[in-house]
Amino acid sequence: MFIEAWEYLAGHQAQFLAALWRHVALSASALAIAAAIAVPLGVRLADKGGSALVAINAANIGRTLPSLAVLALVMPIMGTGFAPSLFALTLLALPPILINTHTAIRQVDPDIVDAARGMGMTALEIVRKVELPIALPVIFAGIRTAAVQVVSGAVLAAYIGGGGLGDFITAGIAMMALPQLLVGAIPATLLSLGTDALFASIQRALTPAGLRAR
Amino acid sequence: MKWLINHWEDVLIALGEHVAIALTALVIASVVSLALGIWAAKNERVYRVSLAVSGFLYTIPTLAFLALLIPVVGLGKTNAIICMVAFSLMILIRNVATGIREVPEEVTDAARGMGMHPAEVLLRVELPLAMPVIVAGLRIAAVTVISVTVVGAYVNAGGLGTLIFSGMSNDFAPKIWTGAITACALAVVADLSLARLESRLKARAV
Amino acid sequence: MIDLDALTKSFPGSPRPAVDRLTLTIPAGEVCVLIGPSGCGKTTTMRMINRMIEPDAGTIMVGGRNILHVDPVELRRSIGYVIQQVGLFPHWSIAENIATVPRLLGWDAKRTGARVDELLSLVGMEPAQYRQRFPRELSGGQKQRVGVARALAADPPVMLMDEPFGALDPITRTRLQAEFLRILRGLKKTIVFVTHDIDEAIKMGDRMAIMKNGELVQYDTPEAILARPADAFVDEFVGSDRALKRLALIPAADFVIDPVGSGKPGASVAADASARDALSAMLATDADSVTLIDENGAARGTITLAAMRARLIARGDGSASEPRPLSNNQGP
Repeated sequence: MFIEAWEYLAGHQAQFLAALWRHVALSASALAIAAAIAVPLGVRLADKGGSALVAINAANIGRTLPSLAVLALVMPIMGTGFAPSLFALTLLALPPILINTHTAIRQVDPDIVDAARGMGMTALEIVRKVELPIALPVIFAGIRTAAVQVVSGAVLAAYIGGGGLGDFITAGIAMMALPQLLVGAIPATLLSLGTDALFASIQRALTPAGLRAR
Repeated sequence: MKWLINHWEDVLIALGEHVAIALTALVIASVVSLALGIWAAKNERVYRVSLAVSGFLYTIPTLAFLALLIPVVGLGKTNAIICMVAFSLMILIRNVATGIREVPEEVTDAARGMGMHPAEVLLRVELPLAMPVIVAGLRIAAVTVISVTVVGAYVNAGGLGTLIFSGMSNDFAPKIWTGAITACALAVVADLSLARLESRLKARAV
Repeated sequence: MIDLDALTKSFPGSPRPAVDRLTLTIPAGEVCVLIGPSGCGKTTTMRMINRMIEPDAGTIMVGGRNILHVDPVELRRSIGYVIQQVGLFPHWSIAENIATVPRLLGWDAKRTGARVDELLSLVGMEPAQYRQRFPRELSGGQKQRVGVARALAADPPVMLMDEPFGALDPITRTRLQAEFLRILRGLKKTIVFVTHDIDEAIKMGDRMAIMKNGELVQYDTPEAILARPADAFVDEFVGSDRALKRLALIPAADFVIDPVGSGKPGASVAADASARDALSAMLATDADSVTLIDENGAARGTITLAAMRARLIARGDGSASEPRPLSNNQGP
């Protein structure tokens, strides 16, 4: 079975690499856009009270929505292809990053912020030099969660024409062709695991030495 | 919407299937995780190993997991349920173990010192006090399981995903809407109900 | 009642034993305070008595039974256990907390309920008001009262108390110490009380066991230890004001030289005051004598500084096992 899969891969290299590249491009873009939106938003909302609650509640609900359902909902509106997939995946990545950023900033010890303000730091300086560095590990944990979710979701993007490794899987299931299926499933799994490992090590590197557990 | 009104029985059947599969998976996952979680709470090595293994399983993309199970169990509900149980293990084991470990030391010390058997301490003190954290984990597991079931339709597990896939292949938007929105609604309802349960338990066991 | 014989315990990674061949006998009905600097082994010793820690060597007899041959769970149900952080079960009401051991022993609901109310009253908490409350609604002092009630629930002959008042603020602590002594007055219990606070030890203990590095250094009544510390360590440990501490244990009435007094009003002090209070009054008013006045204002006697000094020295050469004058525990 695996030998056949390997042969299938060998015979369809260009197709595979295109799909792989698509998958990575889709995931990376969605993640980047989501982070670019959610991190600043999370920082802003952390200092507010009431208005933050609406956004955070929305994010909490967003986090529970089945990935495929979100992808499917985009299709009647935006059609199929790269753009709708990107849109849907970005939507999926927003909640974990937003929630983590918001929580992380709020959990910074208020005494520390008070001391910083007392020493004469401006609001912007406090965010940049105190709150963000301390909150960074948790923020990044959110990005890591989102990354895995996006890579996983990108597999499902095959259903709305997004391309990526999911194409091999869906085709494999539809035609009951195991080799094809494996050519999609195994690399997708490896990609997801690799992404998690990559972000885990970045997270470790980003944790200020003083805050590292144990 | 007209479609929905005309076909509400189909929707209900799909919903029923969906809930049935999800519930089955949750129950199995809970039983396994409770046992493993209690063991992990008391044993550091078991904790680390079970968290590593279940974390690994959790990272596998849903569709890939379902696909990889096909050579082993074929298509159908069993396939989806195995996948769901595997995904839920990490969060449930972690929360059971953490919940038990977070019971204040003086409370378990007092319980033991007063003459409770270890089993009594577990059942009458540790588990009740760990409930809020365990339910928090159940909440995430429930949502995960509902989400997987949607995809599970593609491997013939049934559920609301069938509406979505059917709608997609026939380019029939109302079916897609109905399936997707119902699935979302189900997930939100499950999440909110368990959230209510969680905060009620928290108030009791502070 | 409690016999420790060559009790020894070592923990891995530590060069010397935590408890080193400790031999000690606690008579029934007494409060024995285990005291010493941190790391001296007092808590470890206490926790071996209910086998929360298992000894490496030596024996422990409680009420004539070798507890190493008794099932630990059964043993613990017959020993009251009070710890510093109390450890009330947050998910149970006060009544359910107190009822823990009775329930484990299978008491019926009626008997248990009556006992819960009895104990709440005993610790000074109105049963109707507190029965259904939860631990989170209580103050620190109240929690520990419930902790004591819980330990007394099955009426165990022995109680272990590990710094029970240590987590409380000084005012509450003093109040609870007095309360607990009052509670003990009516009961015949053998208490092992661990503390690092010498003043608490003197106040609470019929006997003090001073420990250092796992070994017993001196075991005697507080007054005897204060009068004759066994070595330089004990001398330093009890504090450089040990003479004054000792005076606090002796009633002023013991030093009265003539019943009615030579008529000089001067300094006065309540008739039931301690000798230290009398001395303090003398110093405050720069007088050489002080008159004891009872609650009706009548003079009960006079004390002079000179007489106090003379009698104190005479007392110091007395027997080592002089009963503690202000003891609230009437022995068997």
